Amino acid sequence: MKMKNKFFLLSIIATFIFIFVIFYKGLQDTNIYTPLVKINNDIPSFSAELLHSNETIDSLDLFESNKYYLLNIWSSWCVPCREEHPILMNLTKDKNISVLGLNYKDTKVNAKKFLDELGNPYEKIIFDKHGVKSIEWGAFGVPESFLIHNNKVVEKYIGPLNQEIIKKIKLLIK
Amino acid sequence: MKFLRLFFIIFLIVSPNQIKADDENLKNKITKNLRCLICQGQSVYDSDSEFANSLKIVINKKLNEGLSEQDIYDYFEDKYGEWILYDPLFNKNTYFLWILPLFMFLIGGLIIFKKLIKKYK
Repeated sequence: MKMKNKFFLLSIIATFIFIFVIFYKGLQDTNIYTPLVKINNDIPSFSAELLHSNETIDSLDLFESNKYYLLNIWSSWCVPCREEHPILMNLTKDKNISVLGLNYKDTKVNAKKFLDELGNPYEKIIFDKHGVKSIEWGAFGVPESFLIHNNKVVEKYIGPLNQEIIKKIKLLIK
Repeated sequence: MKFLRLFFIIFLIVSPNQIKADDENLKNKITKNLRCLICQGQSVYDSDSEFANSLKIVINKKLNEGLSEQDIYDYFEDKYGEWILYDPLFNKNTYFLWILPLFMFLIGGLIIFKKLIKKYK
């Protein structure tokens, strides 16, 4: 066989192996894309209305440094929020952490009804009528929770909280 | 009458409608370049999800605040990471992606060039 033909054959084989490896690796990747969870970001600064008092506050005033906070994004129309609510109610018994709420695209009447029915675990609740404040937090749906310490987001939990996550949180805040 | 006609033309040129249309075009361009993170394979422009609608409000607000197109991309990249941008940035994770087509083009060109030289010889 000519030198040139040999080279041609080899390069075709190499190309096929290369493509095979790429596709084989691609098979193992999940095709459901979740964005990178960005943590250790500073908490965002914005002014917002509170659910219960109608007063407008600066988001930075809600957090003291050296203290742990769990900011939970919830809504009365969100079914998984209903499921995680007892976990949040339980978490309020822990004195090392304060639970704050961000009410997402809801009406005040419905939100208050939800809390009357299931209890209010939140120290304060930011009212986010248009979902704009949750974008400041880098959230993209409900429910979502952020563990905050020293004015930084330490952990971010997408989806409803469960006992396993709570265990991890309790280990962190000890 | 001439004066009225002139006035009318000037009015059309500087009319706020034109400015508003430009704003709308820019807004559409930005929303088309952002990925809707909860709806797969759709841009924010295409999507009518809660998330995309909130994003559209934020983009409007940022444009009114005087932020440039790039500022808005930077803002969302800071919040959600590079994944929200449809145009991947040039870094160590993506350089292969950017260089490969160029590389293929060069190799293709080389083959054609060689063949042409052979033909004319």
